[in-house]
Amino acid sequence: MVRMVTDTELRPSTTAWPVETEQLRVKAGRHLAVDGLDLRLGVGVHGLLGPNGAGKTTLMRALSTVERPSGGRLRLLGEDVTNGRALRPLRSRLGYLPQHFGFYPRFTVREYVEYVAWLREMPRADIPEAVQRAVERVGLTDRADSRLKALSGGMLRRVGIAQAIVNGPAVLLLDEPTVGLDPEQRVEFRTLLRELGQDSCVLVSTHLVEDVVAACSDVVLVDKGRLVWQGVPADLTRLGEQGGVGDSAAERGYSTLLANHRSAA
Amino acid sequence: MTNHIPAASLAAYTTGDPALDDTAVWTIEVHLENCPDCRAQLAAVAPEPLTALLDDVQVMIDRGVRTGPEPVRRRAWRRLAHRWAMWSLIPWLVTIVAAVLAAFALDRSFPERPSLVLLLAPVAPLAGMASAWSRRTDPGWEITAGTSRAGLELLLRRTAVILAVVLPPLALAGWRLGTTPALWLLPALTFTAATLLLGGRIGVVRAAAVLGGSWFLVVVAPALVTADMPALIEPSSTPGWVVAAVVGAALAIWRVDDHRRNA
Repeated sequence: MVRMVTDTELRPSTTAWPVETEQLRVKAGRHLAVDGLDLRLGVGVHGLLGPNGAGKTTLMRALSTVERPSGGRLRLLGEDVTNGRALRPLRSRLGYLPQHFGFYPRFTVREYVEYVAWLREMPRADIPEAVQRAVERVGLTDRADSRLKALSGGMLRRVGIAQAIVNGPAVLLLDEPTVGLDPEQRVEFRTLLRELGQDSCVLVSTHLVEDVVAACSDVVLVDKGRLVWQGVPADLTRLGEQGGVGDSAAERGYSTLLANHRSAA
Repeated sequence: MTNHIPAASLAAYTTGDPALDDTAVWTIEVHLENCPDCRAQLAAVAPEPLTALLDDVQVMIDRGVRTGPEPVRRRAWRRLAHRWAMWSLIPWLVTIVAAVLAAFALDRSFPERPSLVLLLAPVAPLAGMASAWSRRTDPGWEITAGTSRAGLELLLRRTAVILAVVLPPLALAGWRLGTTPALWLLPALTFTAATLLLGGRIGVVRAAAVLGGSWFLVVVAPALVTADMPALIEPSSTPGWVVAAVVGAALAIWRVDDHRRNA
């Protein structure tokens, strides 16, 4: 099958970091949930860790261009998100699974994924193939024509993942994607994550430290809207060997980092 | 293509002769792509194992086509509905249509009172517009809001659907009451344009609330209390509405980029 390659696909990447924030501030309601965050993310899978209320979801919403930053700079794929003209082409290269995956119950899985592909302005001719591929990748082939209201929570979560990856995004944002997945599906999902992280920037927000250690190439730890630590999972595990609270080395490393940060603050 | 492939080269190609370098293979393949005669010759000289393999592949493909899943039926009208409308709009639209019909019934019963249809006409599209782009009523808002078509394009599509649903009952009521179309159509369009214009600044939901609320407080409430026909819905104010509709539409088109920034 021959298809036209667009100039945006061929354009060499001119930025070192697909995601780059400088003193980013984002409000959730009146509360400043992200407060002066400096972050640089390259290609690969990044695990976003942090306690409840650390500003993870608000950060995800800002990165997905749903929420406007109230201060600082946010550049995605080299484009400033406050630039209205660049926003539309930029958005077609993003994928986003929100924490609360709101859906239209009467849509079938295929219709919903197709609708999102259309919203993200994929070329018309590519949509059916891309939809089928996305549905296959999350393992929902046999339920592709079921209505969303007939699916279980874990299946809905997988529909959410399918709609996020359907356009082959350069920046993929997944907010707690493993909630409701059974252990087998979580293992499959980690494989999918590693695949996706080979040529795009994937940011996964999660509470499960073991998911991060197993599937991520980089860990980002935030607390109270600020960056606490960024490094590789092996470093997190190594920190955990020196003590801390938790059942695994990575969990102990996580709690140690948070405790150190809080006592320093 | 005048020169066909020599039989010797073709034979070397089919057997995968290592003496044939990449350039030669490439030349042969380019020629084969465009020459049915040479393809037929190639098929004739192909060795037995190769034809057997090709037959096997053909059988497997045929079996796959027969036993595999059916192609998905295209449901074009459903897709059209998904792209233009929103399920959560339906209750709002039903309410508005019902309100217009109720206003029409009251107007028929009390012709001496200020016409409720005309008082309702300007704000009839607003409730639908408020719900068409609201975080609360659209369950998929967070996903759609971050996409390329979000904001302006979806808003305009949904506004078009709302107008297509709301205007016919208004037209019917206006026609049966014998009022000039300018008195219900122009105010409805003016308020729609004003909502789009203001919505780019403060959000469509707030814009619809402000405009609808002001209309009710300033025009509808006094008219209902005093039972006097407000000047704004008298036939004499038609020129004013024409100007307002044209200016409103022009401003809304001019400031259309505001919605793009309103993530």
